[in-house]
Amino acid sequence: MLADKDRIFTNLYGLDDWRLSGARRRGDWDGTKDLILKGRDWIVEQIKESGLRGRGGAGFPTGLKWSFMPKQSDRPTYLAVNADESEPGTCKDRDIMRHDPQKLVEGALLASVGMGVHHCYIYIRGEFYNEAQRLQAAIDEAYAAGLIGKDACGSGYEFDIYLHRGAGAYICGEETALLESLEGHKGMPRLKPPFPAAVGVYGCPTTVNNVETIAVAPTILRRGAGWFAGIGRPKNSGTKIFCISGHVAAPCNVEEEMGIPLKELIERHAGGVRGGWDNLLAVIPGGSSVPVLPKSICDTVLMDFDSLQAVQSGLGTAAVIVMDKSTDIVKAIARLSEFYKHESCGQCTPCREGTGWMWRVMERMVKGNASAAEIDMLLNVSYEIEGHTICALGDAAAWPIQGLIRHFRPEMERRIIEYREAATRRRVAA
Amino acid sequence: MNTPGPSPVFEQPESFEFTPENRKLAEAHIAKYPPGRQASAVLPLLHLAQVQSGGWLPKAAMDYVAQMLGMAPIRVYEVGTFYTMFNLRPVGRYLLQVCTTTPCWLRGSDDVVAACERKLGIAMGETTADGLFTLVEVECLGACVNAPVLQVNNDFYEDLNGPATEKLLDALRAGNPPPPGSVIGRQASAPITGRTTLTGLPAKPAADRSRRNRKRT
Repeated sequence: MLADKDRIFTNLYGLDDWRLSGARRRGDWDGTKDLILKGRDWIVEQIKESGLRGRGGAGFPTGLKWSFMPKQSDRPTYLAVNADESEPGTCKDRDIMRHDPQKLVEGALLASVGMGVHHCYIYIRGEFYNEAQRLQAAIDEAYAAGLIGKDACGSGYEFDIYLHRGAGAYICGEETALLESLEGHKGMPRLKPPFPAAVGVYGCPTTVNNVETIAVAPTILRRGAGWFAGIGRPKNSGTKIFCISGHVAAPCNVEEEMGIPLKELIERHAGGVRGGWDNLLAVIPGGSSVPVLPKSICDTVLMDFDSLQAVQSGLGTAAVIVMDKSTDIVKAIARLSEFYKHESCGQCTPCREGTGWMWRVMERMVKGNASAAEIDMLLNVSYEIEGHTICALGDAAAWPIQGLIRHFRPEMERRIIEYREAATRRRVAA
Repeated sequence: MNTPGPSPVFEQPESFEFTPENRKLAEAHIAKYPPGRQASAVLPLLHLAQVQSGGWLPKAAMDYVAQMLGMAPIRVYEVGTFYTMFNLRPVGRYLLQVCTTTPCWLRGSDDVVAACERKLGIAMGETTADGLFTLVEVECLGACVNAPVLQVNNDFYEDLNGPATEKLLDALRAGNPPPPGSVIGRQASAPITGRTTLTGLPAKPAADRSRRNRKRT
């Protein structure tokens, strides 16, 4: 287990003061000027060496992403922080913004120095009204203390942060949809390439990073890349905030070591599965988009990018949704299908039509009002959606269903048979 | 607000104009974006207009924002209809948004929905006759370890169940909203059974007991 001294988010639960004075006491903004003066290349090199991978879901190496930003640019360049936290199961960025907002502000500054960026937009989901108030207060405090602004930390580096509130659209967590929304349009994703590092917001080079990714950067730079890389496993290093929800005794957020066994995570921090580990049915290990895992895999799997990919799921946002044996697993996944149907932006036909079609079939599967052949048809349609849309929402809608069929096909077939038998009985009785 | 349901009759106001204070706030929003990129301010301005209009967004307000930002009105309607937080028809004083996505559903959001419907005598998408409550179903609110969650205007009420929801509705009806957050007294997202990490910290928050700004925005 990770020791408290190795935790980055020491105010995760809001027990200490969230204001600048409290943040300074916890070590934020300590020697930031020196870190800035070490320069752009040093920062990117350190982040690369730390092995930090993006915490928003895709797990792309952060240092590499930062290095894509142009060295010379005649146009302005931007950092867009993705605080549109909407992936079902995920509620970690909310805690960072309301309890440790200076980590994000300082991280935005240092990341921007690493990319030669002078303007940062933080795109926060509209429903997080109180969190936005808190974060704006933190930004104002940082300006007033001269930590950001014309001469950030007295380093001569000019840096501005603006907070931008969304208005209720899951799709705006997709990086190019976020940029569209920031420009004042509907949040419809853009085709890539060009990637945002070449053509981002206002047509200028832009990097989009998740809140947690940015907020861990200052601690990495202060404590050293080696410290961060030494936690977890190779290529899956560092600490991570896990969100454990669903059928556990004590749902919670907790910062742990990457690669912690799923079983240990649930039993040590979330009070165990309701009714004991043997009462576990399945876990969605990384937010609603990743395929569900049955208990047999949960017994041993490790919580990191590569381990979960090896069992055909993913770490995603590390939002662990636990379901015990009382769960109607088909209904649980059908509700996610409804979510994706609701959130599809409607731009690409396979997603716009497919998410609705899959949801309607899933609703019949809940009752068993289907034929066994439709399970394969559903699977095939999910493959037709996956990879055939501009953004990953189509994939995200397909994967939960694929995971369900992969691991719970007998349950789906059982319902179909029972439904048939009940219908036959009704006919005979009549 | 995309919740289907019978559409109550309501009137679109003839005109809309920002109050001087809101006009100032709007200009501050516009200043966040580079010159010529003022369309970026459409979301913040629509938020402002919605608050000023009592929780919903009349067509006249969208036209006003379009004019202020130099946008074609259709571009603003596109935005106003795309994002679920913009209510295109009047809502009650308390907009009750129940999250029913899987993590909340696993923890009993059905009971929260049932409690609202029973207590208020309305179905999803409807407003009470006294204009106090509007009930809608929403997708994941991003507070999943404190499920089930009900958002009332700007505030999240967490760790709910049926009886706690009814109690909350009583308090709202009495004009006495309880402080937002966990209704069972949990410290934010920490485990109810006691912290397993950060155990060196005091059990109660050290500072800032100030009431958050709970005005609707």
